[in-house]
Amino acid sequence: MIFMFPLGIEPYLVGGIIIGIGVAIIYLLTGLHATQSSFFTTTLSWFSKRKDFQKDKNIEERGWRLTLATGLIIGALIHTLTLSPIGFWTTSVQLWRLILGGLLVGFGTRLSSGCTSGHGISGLASLSKTSLYAVIVFMGIAIITANIVQLLGVSP
Amino acid sequence: MNKRNIVVLIGGILFGFGLSYSGMTKQEIVLSFLQLKDLGLIFVLGGAALVGALAINILAKYLKKPVLNGQFKPRSRILSWKTIIGAIIFGVGWGLSGQCPGSAVASLGTGNLPVLLGIFAMFVGAYIKGLLDSR
Repeated sequence: MIFMFPLGIEPYLVGGIIIGIGVAIIYLLTGLHATQSSFFTTTLSWFSKRKDFQKDKNIEERGWRLTLATGLIIGALIHTLTLSPIGFWTTSVQLWRLILGGLLVGFGTRLSSGCTSGHGISGLASLSKTSLYAVIVFMGIAIITANIVQLLGVSP
Repeated sequence: MNKRNIVVLIGGILFGFGLSYSGMTKQEIVLSFLQLKDLGLIFVLGGAALVGALAINILAKYLKKPVLNGQFKPRSRILSWKTIIGAIIFGVGWGLSGQCPGSAVASLGTGNLPVLLGIFAMFVGAYIKGLLDSR
């Protein structure tokens, strides 16, 4: 077990439960699903007049989705300033990977109507078969991709 | 700010705190999962989905409707080729960069400024998808 979880299980499980409590509070009080990838489309409705962005749904949701994104940043900041063992931090993943990966993540999650939070957390929690298939596919493909990138000698 | 947005903000703060606590805001830790060196991410996703499932499938049944307003609707999406092709494209991007939408946005709160480029690119990707649908 130790070789599968070199940092232990506690930070992962506790972090996951805290995330779940956040999602549960939002759902039980407002009926909203705290999912993230729609944030890009709804936020773009402030900047683009194209009809796909100007759908009623995007206009209605853009306020609370921006609020949710703000909450994510504040929550991570609070953790970084309090319990985090290392404090502020910067990734060593190459910029070209962040940019190219980001493009694919933005396009793919919108085409799939969900991401790790949409299909992964809210979808699985809603016992949605569509989301289960999506999670199996994106996780499988991501594992294959990450291993190919590593085999090509790109690190981390 | 209305009551609904205050709840969303508080829930979002917990969500972001949990993402940082679990290390998901660090692309290196996500990549170490995808490279099968540290399988902890399963507990993050599993723990969050389990608590969410309790809320959606059990607690919501007792409450009947949300405390503030609206109604309960479990998240459902129709399975189509778009779901699967989109998941494949997302998987390549996730595996390449270790970023997903929620963890990337939360990562800004840890001082990880390079991820701004990744988030900007996510907006561009979502914009291209919207343009294709607007034709």
